[in-house]
Amino acid sequence: MPELDEIVKEFLVESHENLDQLDRDLVILEQDPTSHDTLSSIFRTIHTIKGTCGFLGFGKLESVAHVGENLLSKLRDGDLALDPSMTTGLLSLVDAVREILGNIETLGSEGEAEYTELIELLIGLQESRLTGSSETPAREIAGPPVPPITGGFPPALRAVQFIEESALERLIEPRSDERELAAHPADGRHAAVSDTTIRVDVGLLDKLMNRVGELVLARNQILQFTSTLGDAAFLSTSQRLNLITTELQEGVMKTRMQPIGNIWGKFPRVVRDLSLQCGKRVRIEMEGKETELDKTIVEAIKDPLTHVVRNSIDHGIETPEARLAAGKPAEGCLLLRAFHEGGQVNIEISDDGAGLNLDRIRQKAIERGIVTQEQALRMNDRDVGQLIFAPGFSTAAQVTNVSGRGVGMDVVKTNVEKIGGAVDLQSQPGQGTTIKLKIPLTLAIIPALIVTCDGDRFAIPQVSLLELVRLDGEQARKRIERLHGVPVYRLRGHLLPIVNLRQELGLASKSTEGETNTDEVVNIVVLRADDRQFGLIVDSINDTEEIVVKPLSQQLKGIPVYAGATIMGDGRVALILDVLGTAQRAHVVSEVRDRGLADNASRQSQHNSACQTLLILEVGDRRLALPISMVSRLEEIPRDSVEHADQQEVVQYRGQILPLLRLGQMLGIATLEDPSAPLQVVVYREDGRSVGLVVDRIADIVESAVEVTKKTQSDCLLASAVIQQRVTDLIDLPSLIRRSDRAFFDVPANTPGVFA
Amino acid sequence: MIGTAQFCTFYLDGLTFGVEVQRVQEVIRYQEMTRIPLASGVVSGLINLRGQIVTAIDLRRRLDLPDRPPEEKPMNVVVRTDDGVVSLLVDEIGDVVEVAADRFESPPETLQGTARNLVQGAYKLDNRLLLVLNTEAGVQVPAE
Repeated sequence: MPELDEIVKEFLVESHENLDQLDRDLVILEQDPTSHDTLSSIFRTIHTIKGTCGFLGFGKLESVAHVGENLLSKLRDGDLALDPSMTTGLLSLVDAVREILGNIETLGSEGEAEYTELIELLIGLQESRLTGSSETPAREIAGPPVPPITGGFPPALRAVQFIEESALERLIEPRSDERELAAHPADGRHAAVSDTTIRVDVGLLDKLMNRVGELVLARNQILQFTSTLGDAAFLSTSQRLNLITTELQEGVMKTRMQPIGNIWGKFPRVVRDLSLQCGKRVRIEMEGKETELDKTIVEAIKDPLTHVVRNSIDHGIETPEARLAAGKPAEGCLLLRAFHEGGQVNIEISDDGAGLNLDRIRQKAIERGIVTQEQALRMNDRDVGQLIFAPGFSTAAQVTNVSGRGVGMDVVKTNVEKIGGAVDLQSQPGQGTTIKLKIPLTLAIIPALIVTCDGDRFAIPQVSLLELVRLDGEQARKRIERLHGVPVYRLRGHLLPIVNLRQELGLASKSTEGETNTDEVVNIVVLRADDRQFGLIVDSINDTEEIVVKPLSQQLKGIPVYAGATIMGDGRVALILDVLGTAQRAHVVSEVRDRGLADNASRQSQHNSACQTLLILEVGDRRLALPISMVSRLEEIPRDSVEHADQQEVVQYRGQILPLLRLGQMLGIATLEDPSAPLQVVVYREDGRSVGLVVDRIADIVESAVEVTKKTQSDCLLASAVIQQRVTDLIDLPSLIRRSDRAFFDVPANTPGVFA
Repeated sequence: MIGTAQFCTFYLDGLTFGVEVQRVQEVIRYQEMTRIPLASGVVSGLINLRGQIVTAIDLRRRLDLPDRPPEEKPMNVVVRTDDGVVSLLVDEIGDVVEVAADRFESPPETLQGTARNLVQGAYKLDNRLLLVLNTEAGVQVPAE
């Protein structure tokens, strides 16, 4: 590769960024052709590229950019209205610019192609719609467009450009930012940013990250010494070390993180081009664009994601006619979602198309010899869905240039698995298909719960952790019941399937009786996997710790119950449990079930059970009760962290604003709280929004059959009852919250009454 | 002038094995290991090699040799492979030997089973045979 000047390199990097922006802007513009801001932004971008390449002597690139700019200036002045053929023309202009830039990068020159066709097309586009009379001086100067020029850079062109520039400057609305841009076309709108950013080689960041990982381990080891040594000076020094290490670690992690939006940015264009090609109408929506992933992972999932998106449009979403016939809107919707869960990044690509045709998949799989007839018949629906990931599988009736070559989904699967991820698929006939990619944060440092089982330590990612339950001998025997031989535990009235980690890992049982030994303590770690909860019995629960996730070697990749390994403070290695893998192995998660149904069922059972677990609160001399299922957390909040917003007391809580409701004030009870003590707050959560109830004291948690003795007058209390031989008012939390914030429940249509 | 090759030698159940010296990152004494429930019997566990987690493969098991007596602690030959660094557990470490290429011979057809894929051949030393281990194949876990 020829040596490139620094300035040319700079130009290339910047132009590539600009082109990505152009792709996005053009698609937005097509949806909203009147958006003046978008049009101006596109114009500026092309103008910047043209200006810089003129300066650097890339004549061909300049002439291509020039015709595009002319067309755009007419669009911007309102002389022309945008139509799809123009968008296509402008997009192919972007492609041509990209191609030339690619040539400059690899060959050092602009390449052989002349782009006369494109230039003529763009000229044609602007001339065919010209309305003769309304021409402005700028257009007279700008057009007739400069003919394509190869090689050097004739002085004539320079002159043309100069005149045009000044004419333009006079003509475009005198917005100061634009004038500045015209004055400094080379650095454009990146001028401010470029002063404060530098480009760093990813390899360097990798090395830095590894060193920090080792530093974290050394820190953990030192922290273990502090507890045994008891030297005050050493203690304070190691605490400082602890703090600095944590900050350093966060900083270095951040340098490598990129929002997934960076790769999603090109999808609107992909979707537009493909849907036009397939004669379909598709809208793309994105959620969680800001979800951050490690740079290397972002690069690795770029192609698999594109493949899935293409596949969804080609196979998933139906033609407008078929959609209308099925009673769906003609325009299909492709939804991209990304979020962090369980130390992994989940990416979901959902379409609202026809869903998988399981019968056809079965048939195709048999035809292609992927499974035998017998096997196909024995497979459940979920397994049949997985067949589309088999090598050489394709159901497309004809091979299109979009997909259907049979190298689709298996490549996606292998690529994702290569980086330690997993692909899953859910499909509802007639309603659509969702492809879920679970991508690990291989380099991530995550908080984890350390447990012991048969003398070995295991780390459980904290994100999957819901709560810990400890049962003493007698209780354990009674409370862990058997449902047709399967152990279950009643957790606040719900049946929680119980999985014994020893059994799942094939380790020796503690005794012949297994988990129900008489005088043993049973520790249950309540975990969530794929919308399902289950309890994992472990020998003991040690502590929570920040761990550095290290991937397992290829020899151990096939074991689904491990997500990786880590080095503990004492230098020994501990395995990290993959909660979903463990759940699958224990058959806690198998067939896909509707989450909504499960949720409804749980709400129902909550209503029917006469016996409830209640949180007893005290305000003044009154006792109040709330069902514990409505309580998300109990917190102590320092009084000085209370702030005011919108005439309401609020605190910053887990990155959100938590409005505080003073229960005493709302119910008209004089409080007896200690002004020096922190606020006692009960946090309630509904659909991502939270509210905090301030009470004097959190008294107790009781399990009690509620006997309603008297209907109350107040609309915020449901009833009074006798609990623990004392009169206790039952709070009607929804109406209490509604009184302070009418809009709180607007999204979920109606929350069932608490004690209904 | 006949070419020579250097091998790091070690012993397994009385046999002498060797791996190319360039493959060997280091040789270390017995390390505490974290066992891996559910893993193949060939994988003995994970060791912490200065902050790097390395999988240890018991070569006796890999070669279908009888298990080492429990009181004998294996040593680690840490080798570089295409899939990263792997530790091979061996009975004892021998010398680094330099052998002439013309002393090499492929294994006889009578060598069957697992060893067929793992032993590339033997160098005829004066008093014994030096079996050359195929490292890449040796660190693969056999399908069960």
